[in-house]
Amino acid sequence: MANKVREDRRQFLHKAGLGGALTGLVSSISLPVWAGAEKLELPDALPKWMKVPGEEFSNYGQPSEHEQQVIRWISANSAAPGNGVSWTPLHDLQGTITPNGLHYERHHNGVPQIDPAQHTLLIDGLVEQPLSFDLKSLLRYPMQSRTCFIECGGNSNSGWRTNPIQTQAGYAHGLVSNAEWTGIPVKLLLQEAGIKPNAKWVIAEGADAAALNISIPLDKLLDDALLALYQNGERLRPENGYPLRLVLPGWEGILNVKWLRQLRLTDEPLMSRDETAQYTELQPDGKARQFTFLMEAKSLITSPSLGMMLQDNPGTYQISGLAWSGRGKITRVEISADGGDTWVDAELQTPILSKAFTRFNLPWHWQGDYAILQSRATDETGYVQPTREALVENRGRHGFFHYNAIVSWEITEEGDINHVYGF
Amino acid sequence: MYMASKALMVVAWLIFFLSPSYAESEFQALGKAANELSHSAQWNISISPNGEGLPPGQGTAAQGAKLFALQCAGCHGPDGIGASAEPLMGEVGSLTSDYPEKTVNSYWPYATTLFDYIRRAMPINAPFSLSADEVYALCAYILSKDGIVSSEAVLDEQSLPKIKMPNRDGFIAVHSDNR
Ligand code: HEC
Repeated sequence: MANKVREDRRQFLHKAGLGGALTGLVSSISLPVWAGAEKLELPDALPKWMKVPGEEFSNYGQPSEHEQQVIRWISANSAAPGNGVSWTPLHDLQGTITPNGLHYERHHNGVPQIDPAQHTLLIDGLVEQPLSFDLKSLLRYPMQSRTCFIECGGNSNSGWRTNPIQTQAGYAHGLVSNAEWTGIPVKLLLQEAGIKPNAKWVIAEGADAAALNISIPLDKLLDDALLALYQNGERLRPENGYPLRLVLPGWEGILNVKWLRQLRLTDEPLMSRDETAQYTELQPDGKARQFTFLMEAKSLITSPSLGMMLQDNPGTYQISGLAWSGRGKITRVEISADGGDTWVDAELQTPILSKAFTRFNLPWHWQGDYAILQSRATDETGYVQPTREALVENRGRHGFFHYNAIVSWEITEEGDINHVYGF
Repeated sequence: MYMASKALMVVAWLIFFLSPSYAESEFQALGKAANELSHSAQWNISISPNGEGLPPGQGTAAQGAKLFALQCAGCHGPDGIGASAEPLMGEVGSLTSDYPEKTVNSYWPYATTLFDYIRRAMPINAPFSLSADEVYALCAYILSKDGIVSSEAVLDEQSLPKIKMPNRDGFIAVHSDNR
């Protein structure tokens, strides 16, 4: 497999004529000539930050002032400013971990400012003994860490529109982020309360001003769900559920209830607003898909992508992006530069974690020709990311949620990048 | 000295690993019995399709119309459609058209959901500010606009769960809960 990838890559570079260009490049570089003969005044030649003491320590570090443009893009309701989303700038990030300040947000009515000393988690309903927990107690339970993505069911929904949206990668697809969550396996707490045999669903409720409530199959909570208290090593950020939230690896964001206050075990789902009116997908026949919890495999080239320019013509560019699947591990990401006629395997960065971002990379030599860059992910169940055509054919255009089609970036002969459909 | 402390450590190690409490469980169960909490109103906000959880109270469409104009129309529009917030009324039967509208009346499968949601989340600038009577009245008004209940209907904890929404059978469960 590794050999196959290397061979494919060699061909991908070659077909585009890079082999020759690279060797040419190497031989034309000459070593710098030692400038000492000119007798340079050393301090003048050094940058100013090497000649004065730097800034003092900081209690909590912030990004460089030169990176201030790397931000979440907020799209909220002006009549209700706490209702809306903010997008992770995937196009500005590398690696696989989303920094805590850039994790995407979806709030229904703002970020509650919860005093942990006054917060209670209640587990009740079909249990032997209803139990309440305070934060002090929860912090004493054994914890596990899990790196996984959380993706809003409505991520990439602009893909359903008739015209391709011209916005940067993260601002169309960044309602997904990837973090290391640490917390208590939910199973431990449910078992402490004692699960009655007729319990099948769990109604989770948040302590925000939307009192968000939603039904979750009990099986998922007994499988790999975490009651998360930490995010990338520090306590949860308020906008990500402080002091505690559910993390259900691979399942749509709405179920990962933030500011969790209650888990009530029941035999039936509640049919709450966010599992009927919203987060359901209307099909062309008028029926709606409901309880579509799993986020299917998806990938996205984050660089080069819209908003960037290919500056050197010809030039070598590192195609880089992210792939993820709610079913498990990503096993393959293929890249096409010709709108899907031919594909080459990208290299997958290790470790490849189940239900987590996988970074893929592939060097590409661009010779100034018109190109359409695409990535296509396959996961360990054999599921292959669909084309937009196939997705729309299957689901119609009014489902709104669960859009996971291949994304196409058009490269013009000038090196501009546009979002296009239909290849 | 060194030998003595080493021996102590071994003893401590044995106590730690062989004590029955360690063998039983690797953590201390710290949940507190919460039977009372579990029955109190503030922990019973969710309302099931069968009406479980509905508070006593009642309201009419006429009462709801006044409340709607004052507290809801600003964001949802005077007719409950076409403003900054989600459409609530009208468009029944539009789901198979080229321009489907998912309103409460065209799309929602249960009327209990409407009570549950308005009480916990609306008006969005003052959640939990409406009385049970006011929420029943708003439900009656919204549903009566498309003839789902009559404009004379009085909604309460008995009648609300009995309402059959037009799109009651419009959903297909993708995740199966058969265990
Ligand atoms: C300040 C603006 C505002 C006011 C006032 C307001 N709403 Fe809303 N309403 C919203 C927003 C925004 C949403 C979407 C919430 C979300 O995305 O979670 C919404 C959602 C809803 C929904 C769910 C719609 C759906 O299809 O999911 C209902 C029902 C509703 N409102 C009823 C009411 C009622 C009844 C009132 C008056 C008591 C009211 N609203 C007052 C802004 C408002």
